[in-house]
Amino acid sequence: MKREPSIAWLLTMLTAALAAPVHADVNVGVTVSATGPAASLGIPEKNTLTLVPTTIAGQKINYIILDDASDTTTAVKNTRKLIAENKVDVIIGSTTTPNSLAMIDVVAEAQTPMISMAAGTRIIEPMDAKRAWVFKVPQSDAQMATAIVEHMTNNNVRTVAYVGFANAYGEGWWNEFSKIAEVRKIQIVANERFNPTDTSVTGQALKILAAKPDAVLVGGSGTPAALPQKALKEKGYKGIMYQTHGAANADFLRVCGKDCDGTFMPTGPVLVAAQLPNSNPIKKVALEYVNKYEAAYGKGSVSAFGAYAWDATMLLGNAIPEALKKGQPGTPEFRKGLRDAIENTKNLTVTHGVFNMSPQDHLGFDQRARVMVKIDGGGWKLVQ
Amino acid sequence: MDMQIALLLGQDGLTNGAIYALLALALVLVFAVTRVIFIPQGEFVAFGALTLVSLQAGKLPGTLWLLLALGTLIALIDGALALRNRQFRRGLWIVSVYCVLPLLLAGTLFAIPAATLPLPLQVGLALMLVVPLGPMIYRLAYQPIAEASVLVLLIVSVAVHVTLMGIGLLFFGAEGSRTLPFSDVSFSLGDALLQGQAVLVVVTSVLLIMALYFFFERTIYGKALRATAMNRTGARLMGISGTLAGMLSFTLAATIGAFSGILISPITTIYYDSGFLIGLKGFVGAIIGGLASYPVAAAGAILVGLLESYSSFWASAFKEVIVFTLIIPVLLWRSLKTHHVEEE
Repeated sequence: MKREPSIAWLLTMLTAALAAPVHADVNVGVTVSATGPAASLGIPEKNTLTLVPTTIAGQKINYIILDDASDTTTAVKNTRKLIAENKVDVIIGSTTTPNSLAMIDVVAEAQTPMISMAAGTRIIEPMDAKRAWVFKVPQSDAQMATAIVEHMTNNNVRTVAYVGFANAYGEGWWNEFSKIAEVRKIQIVANERFNPTDTSVTGQALKILAAKPDAVLVGGSGTPAALPQKALKEKGYKGIMYQTHGAANADFLRVCGKDCDGTFMPTGPVLVAAQLPNSNPIKKVALEYVNKYEAAYGKGSVSAFGAYAWDATMLLGNAIPEALKKGQPGTPEFRKGLRDAIENTKNLTVTHGVFNMSPQDHLGFDQRARVMVKIDGGGWKLVQ
Repeated sequence: MDMQIALLLGQDGLTNGAIYALLALALVLVFAVTRVIFIPQGEFVAFGALTLVSLQAGKLPGTLWLLLALGTLIALIDGALALRNRQFRRGLWIVSVYCVLPLLLAGTLFAIPAATLPLPLQVGLALMLVVPLGPMIYRLAYQPIAEASVLVLLIVSVAVHVTLMGIGLLFFGAEGSRTLPFSDVSFSLGDALLQGQAVLVVVTSVLLIMALYFFFERTIYGKALRATAMNRTGARLMGISGTLAGMLSFTLAATIGAFSGILISPITTIYYDSGFLIGLKGFVGAIIGGLASYPVAAAGAILVGLLESYSSFWASAFKEVIVFTLIIPVLLWRSLKTHHVEEE
């Protein structure tokens, strides 16, 4: 009976020694929509995360990447798994707004900071105790909508028709766009919806044609956004076409073809990095990312979405050295420190703009985060 | 809404309705012969269209690997069975049909640049790649449980559907594609502009439906299928093989599905998962026909197409709701009108 306590003691010591190394790695949990309807956004994000630095301030960073298949339930499950099993210090994800909204409760409960790669404003607004743990990197719809309305007023557009997805994306854009357009005295003459899976939008296109608008805004993301534009062109629409930044990828250009020439859209500066003036500090950062990505995945493969993942890790790279002063990775103190450090990000130039965060603004982008581009001969042209 | 808009919407509705009608017929056929509610019908639409896209882009379509894999699997299973029963000639036949033919097709694809072929040959190649998947899936997934209840067959259908959709994502990627139009011709009919491609879809659908009619009325295989649909046991007693009937109906369904996909792919962007919704609308048509009547199913499907087109004009946000709500009054009417018989 006498020897037993000593063995137990030895074992305890051994376990303790193994479990608490002097310098723990930082574990970053990622959930992206690499399959399912949002896959064209999630895949470049996932690809980007294989290119990011794996050491920050001498600290090894482990990325644990899970796929949520564009599904809200899976995104929440992934988040719980990452926090409970992988003991992550921060979560990056998810790709879509509905997924990110659903994850807020989980990360707030576990007091783990989260950086979303989805655009919806509601992810970080209104600011409350739960959203205090949530940050996002893509520009808000409101910022992009302002850019479009500005461009419209500058080009004497008086009447405009809106055709958007019959889901949260299309509805969100409608809310932002109609609000701003009303203030700027632009009349909205038609408001139509279509499903990303639709095979025909002839009805909507005809209704828009009958209303004779100066311009049409398509509120869709990815290749499905090409459908109304093609239908309108086919029926002989001659006005100005606008798309949202959700359609800014190479596949959209491929599917839309020459029907999309002359279309305007707002997007992050990274998409036209090489055309930015040299005085713009974003150019250097964005080009570095573009070159790295295209070296790994082929020329012309870069999209605005992968750059969100890059920006999220740049945000971490800036915050982790600060957080290390507060505590060891894996501890609540470190996570709290990381949250505070991200919230205090000032003048951090990333591929999409310049972050200046505050307790009220967990995005922190200004006008520098958006440019208007025009589709010209199957490529993007910066509109000065 | 003036006359021109009404005409254009009608044209759009008829074009989509013709495709839904083809799919509805295939669904009724498969259900009548095998009692399978063929949910993967839509996958054949997507596979047909995307295989043609790959061929036109000069890429090797992923469906080729699926064809080779399924063929090899069946050859292994059936070949082993034939060997055990010492039917060597049958074994040889199985191997040549399921392995050698797909390999020959693969060799052809490797040898000739499909992108430069004329369109009819490309369509033919795409059909040769996709259609055999139908009977192969029947052999692997449904034939071993051919006597199971409708519910079990339905569950298997869901499984096959999910599997094929995943395979589609793997082969063709998440993004959609279009094929080159068959013709750029357009006619003006009064005020409205008729597109050649839309006319082609309607005309081809009508021709296919007529061909199906003659197949069922005039050929021995068509009559065998009808006999199986009417009374499975009776047909078997008359020497009609249930397996053959199943294979044949799946071949027809796959042909109709793949061809529908090829027909609409120049008009709309097809994604790896587009087929499901198209198939579902065909299914609404088939339900209107009670999964039994071919003419009513076809008419129902055209009604779905027209309803979809006009509702997208009047209330675009509720289009899907309107189309699928149609099923409720139809089911009510059918359940009141027909005497319900419990299966088994």
